[in-house]
Amino acid sequence: MNKPQQAANRSDWGSLLDAYRTLPGVADELFDSEGRVRPVWQPFLRDLAGLDKEALDHALARGSQYLHDAGVFFRQYGPTDSTERDWPLSHLPMLIEAGEWQNIATALMQRADVLEAAMADFYGPNTLVADGVVPARLLASNPEWLRPMVGVQPRHGHYLHFIAFDIGRGPDGKWWVLGDRTQAPSGAGFALETRMATSRSFSTMISSAKVMRLAGFFRRFRDTLLDMRDNDGSRVAILTPGPLNDTYFEHSYIARYLGFMLVQGADLAVRENRLMVRTVSGLTPISVVWRRLDAEWTDPLELNESSRLGTPGMLGALRSGSFTMINSLGSGALEARALMAFMPGMSEHLTGQPLAMPNIATWWCGDAAERDYVKANMKRMTIDNAMSTRLPFDHGPDIVIGGRRTDGTPVDPAWIDEQGPLLAAQEVVSLSTAPALVNGKLEARPMSLRVFVARSGAGWVVMPGGFARIGNSAESADISMQRGGAVSDVWVVSDDAGPVDTLLESGSGGINKRTQDASLPSTAADNLFWMGRYVERADFKIRLLRAFHVRLAETGGEYPLATLLSDYLEMLDIDATDSIFSGILDDLHSALRSAGQVRDRFSTDAWNALVDLSRTTEMFAERVQPGDDASRAFSVMLRKIAGFAGLVHENMYRFTGWRFLGIGRAVERAGGMTSFLQLATDTDAPDGALDLAIEIGDSVMTHRRRYAAGMSRDTVIDLLLLDDMNPRSVLHQLMAIDEHASFLPITVEEVRMTPFQRKVLEIKTALTTAAPREITPGKLAELSNDTASLSGLLAETYLR
Amino acid sequence: MLYDITLRIEYAYDSLADAGRHILRLMPATLPDRQRVIASNLDVAPVPFERSFSFDFFDNRCISISYDEAVEETAFLMQARVDRSPLDALFDVSPDLKRLGVELESVHSVAAASPHHCRGLSRWVPPSHEIAAWARDVVAGCPTTLDAVSRINRTLHAEMAFDPEATEIDTPLEEAFRARHGVCQDFTHIAIAALRSIGVPAGYVSGFLRTIPPKGAARLEGADAMHAWVRAWCGLEMGWVEYDPTNDMMAGEDHVVVAVGRDYFDVAPVKGALRTAGSQETSQSVDMVAVTA
Repeated sequence: MNKPQQAANRSDWGSLLDAYRTLPGVADELFDSEGRVRPVWQPFLRDLAGLDKEALDHALARGSQYLHDAGVFFRQYGPTDSTERDWPLSHLPMLIEAGEWQNIATALMQRADVLEAAMADFYGPNTLVADGVVPARLLASNPEWLRPMVGVQPRHGHYLHFIAFDIGRGPDGKWWVLGDRTQAPSGAGFALETRMATSRSFSTMISSAKVMRLAGFFRRFRDTLLDMRDNDGSRVAILTPGPLNDTYFEHSYIARYLGFMLVQGADLAVRENRLMVRTVSGLTPISVVWRRLDAEWTDPLELNESSRLGTPGMLGALRSGSFTMINSLGSGALEARALMAFMPGMSEHLTGQPLAMPNIATWWCGDAAERDYVKANMKRMTIDNAMSTRLPFDHGPDIVIGGRRTDGTPVDPAWIDEQGPLLAAQEVVSLSTAPALVNGKLEARPMSLRVFVARSGAGWVVMPGGFARIGNSAESADISMQRGGAVSDVWVVSDDAGPVDTLLESGSGGINKRTQDASLPSTAADNLFWMGRYVERADFKIRLLRAFHVRLAETGGEYPLATLLSDYLEMLDIDATDSIFSGILDDLHSALRSAGQVRDRFSTDAWNALVDLSRTTEMFAERVQPGDDASRAFSVMLRKIAGFAGLVHENMYRFTGWRFLGIGRAVERAGGMTSFLQLATDTDAPDGALDLAIEIGDSVMTHRRRYAAGMSRDTVIDLLLLDDMNPRSVLHQLMAIDEHASFLPITVEEVRMTPFQRKVLEIKTALTTAAPREITPGKLAELSNDTASLSGLLAETYLR
Repeated sequence: MLYDITLRIEYAYDSLADAGRHILRLMPATLPDRQRVIASNLDVAPVPFERSFSFDFFDNRCISISYDEAVEETAFLMQARVDRSPLDALFDVSPDLKRLGVELESVHSVAAASPHHCRGLSRWVPPSHEIAAWARDVVAGCPTTLDAVSRINRTLHAEMAFDPEATEIDTPLEEAFRARHGVCQDFTHIAIAALRSIGVPAGYVSGFLRTIPPKGAARLEGADAMHAWVRAWCGLEMGWVEYDPTNDMMAGEDHVVVAVGRDYFDVAPVKGALRTAGSQETSQSVDMVAVTA
C-alpha cells in the first residue's frame, strides 16, 4: 500500500461501523488487534461509506437480480420434502490481502500433497498402518475406504485432482483447516456465480481494488481434463446424481461453463471394460469423468446395491485403467473426522514435513489415553461420529457440545467408553468475525472460507477466491447454509489482478481444444423431445379452452358447439368450466421437469420464460373466472408460450438437442390438429365446427384471404392438413420433422434411413400428393394412427 | 476326503432382464494345508458376451460376466473335485477376551486376513443391543476366546430352529433373532453380531456341505443349497477358527470353503443388478458326494 496510512478509526466511515462489535477472544477480519481498520479494507470501506442509502440499495439489488436472472438455486431438504432455495448471498465481499492469501495457498498445496500421498498409501502399501501412524481399526472401519479399489493404480498416476478445504481463523490470528473435502467438493460453480453477482453490485470497487480473477483457474483445470483424454475421440463427462441433488444447479452450470457433457449414471454403460455414454448416435467412449456423486452410489454391482444413480461395471472399467476418475473412487476416506487426529503424524511420515497449516484439534476415542483426555475435557469439545464427514460447525443430530446433547441432557463418560472407536472429539472453534451488511450498517459475523485446489499439468493451482460462509448471528458459530447462513464472495486484493480473463477468450489451446463435439445423451434427447411435446400440448389445450370460454361469455355455453368442445376437452382430461387450469398446469410442470433434467443444454432466458409461464398459470388458477376473464388469461398465456418458443427458436444453437425439441413440438402439433380435424370435419359435426377448427388452427385471416368463395370441408382440410405454407398445418409439421430427422445421426444398422425417417416420409408423401376431397374420415383416422406411431419409432431408434 | 461337487443355480424372469452384469463367487477356494481344488469348471447359459476372472480384496475367486442383450433366464452349473483335509486336533491356546483386545491392537495390518475388517458393523450386520445383551449373558465366565466362540454357537444352535421357509434373503437380523428361526445365513449373521459385540472379530464363510453323511452320522442341515458359517479370530496364536452354528460343529472335513468376507455382502454367490420390471424366480441345488477310491 503506497497510500499514506489513514487514521482508520471507526468514525472515519460515518455511521457505517456504528453497530460493529468485535468479540473478546475472537479475531476479526475488519479490525486488527489495536482496533484499527486493516489496510486491505480501507479503500473499499471508503467507497461503501460514500454510497447513500438509495445507491446502496440499488447496488445490492443488482447483485440479487443477477442471481435471480441466472436462476441460481440450491436445494434444501426438509423432513418430508425438498425445495429450491435462492442462493443466500451476503452481498459484502470478504477481503484478503494477496500476501496473506499466498501463504494460505502455499500451506494448502502442501496439505494437498500430504492427502495425495495418503491416498497412495491407503490404496497401496499401507505403511501408515504398518508403522502404527494410523490405527488399522480406524481405516478398516472407514466406509469410504473402498476395498475393491485397493491396489488399483490411477490412470494418470494421481488419485486427487479437484479438492477443497474449509478453513477458519482462530483467536491467535492463524488459519486452521476445519475440513478436507476430497470426495466430490461442490461450490466452485457457486463461487463463480457469487463473484458475478458481487461484481454487479460493486463494479467500480472491484476494478479499482485489483481483485484477482477466477477464470484462469477454471481454464487451467479444463485444459488439464481435456489433456487426460485418450486420443480416440473420447470425451470428458461430468457425472451428476441428477436434478434432485442439492447442488444440481452447479453441475449443469459447470458443465455449460466448461463445455463438458453432463451425464447421469443411467446414461452410461460399460462394454469390454470401457466406459461408454449412450448417445443418440449409439455408445461412444468416455475417458475422463469428473464425478459429482459420492463413490458409494457409482456402481450398484460392487458398492451400494440399492443405487439407482450408478452404472453397473463402472468399478471394473476403472480397475482396468480405461478411464480417469476425478477424484479416484475411495477418496472420500480422507474426509472422515477422526482421521484429522492423525494428520500431523501422517504429514511427518509421508513427506518428512510438519503441516504448514494445522487442522482443528481432534481426538479419536478408539484409543484409551485419548478417550480419557476427552472425558476430562469435554466441556470445550464437540463429540460426534468418528466417520462423520460433516464440517465442525455443521452439527448432526447426534452431536454432543460441551458435554451435552442437543436436547440439553449431559452425557455419561461411561457412554464415551462404551462407544469408543465410533466417536471423535474436536475442540470448539471460535471462528473470526467478518463484516456483513445488515440494514445499511456493518455487523460482525463468524466466518469460514472454502478454498478450491485443482491439479494442473504443472502441479496444484489454487482458486484465488472461493467463497466465505457467514453466520446469521454474531453469537453462534453456526455458519451452515442449511440453517440460515449466507455466502459471500472472497476478494483477494493485490497490486496486480492479472489480465482480464474469461473462458471465451482462451489463449493457448485454440478452438480445437475448447470445443468438444456435443454428442447428445439419449436421456437428454428424450427430455428435450418431451419438453417440446408438453409445451405444445399446453398450447393446444389453451387454444381449445379459449375458444370455449369466448363462446361461454357470448352464449352461456348451452349449444351444440360448446358441448362438442367440452366433450373433446374432457377426453383430454380437462373440465372446461371447473378448475380449468389444472390440466394445463400438469403439462407445464411436466415440461419444467423435463427441462430441469437438461438445464445444461438450455439458455437461462428460455428456462426463465418457462418458469414465468408456469408461475403465471398458477396465479391465474387462483383467481380467474370462467368466460371473458378466462379467455383473456388464455391469450396472455399464449403470448408467453410464443415468447418461450421464440427464445428457443431464435437463440438456441442447432445442436442435435434442438432437433429433438423441434420434433417433439411438431409431433404433438400434428397429432392434436389431426385428431381435432377428425371431429370438426365429421358429417355429424354441428354448425360452426369448421370455423372452430380454423380458429384453433390460428388461421382465420389466411382462410379469408385464400378462399374467397367461403368455407367448406375441403377448404378447411386444405388449409389445416395439406397446405405446406401454413405453419400450423399437419403437412408443415411433417416437413419440419423430416428436416430435423435428416440432421440426426444414422445408427450403423440403418444404413440409409431409420424406421422413424421412413414413416415420416411415408406420411409426408401421402399428404403432399392428396387432394382435399380424397381425405375421407377413414383416411383421417389412418393418418391419426400414423402420426401417433411416430413417438414410439423415434424412441426405438434414438432413445434406447 | 475327496469330493465331487455340483452346483446348479437358475434364474427365470417374468419380463426380459435388460443387459445383465454379474459377479459370481461360486468356485471352491484353494487353501494351503486345508483344501485343494483338483479340477473345477463353470458353465453359464446363455453364453455371456464378456467373461473374466479375478480375485477380490479377500482373495476370493470371482468370475465376472455380462450380457449385451436382454435375457429371459440364466443358468449356472459349477462342477469341481476338491480334496478337503480333516481338522487337526485343536488345543485351546486362545487368550481371554480382555487379552484378545490387547492382541488386536498389536495387529498393524489391513491386509485381507487382518481381523480388523471384521470388528465393527458391516452392511448386513448392524449393531443390535438385543443380540449384544444376549451374547454378554451367554459368554459370562468363559475363560478363553475359543470357549466364548463355541458357547455362542452352541447356545444359538440350541435356541434357534432351522427353518428354510421362515426368512427371506433380506430378513433383518434382529427379526430372525427375535423369532429364533431362520436358515444358515441368519444363524451366521446373528453369530457374527454376537461375537463382534463381545469384541471378537467375526466374519462370514460361504461354501458347501457334504450331502450324504458318513455311515452312522446324522444328515447335516443346509446341505441342499450353498451353506454359510462363521469364522472368528481367536488371538495371535490361533488366528481364524471356523464354526458352523447351524450344525453346532467346527467347520472341518465336511465343509468346503468358497469365499470369506465380513458378511453376506462380500461373498454373495451371484451378484448383479438385473434391471427388470417383473419378478424373478430362483432355484438352486447342490450335490457334494464323497468319492471313494
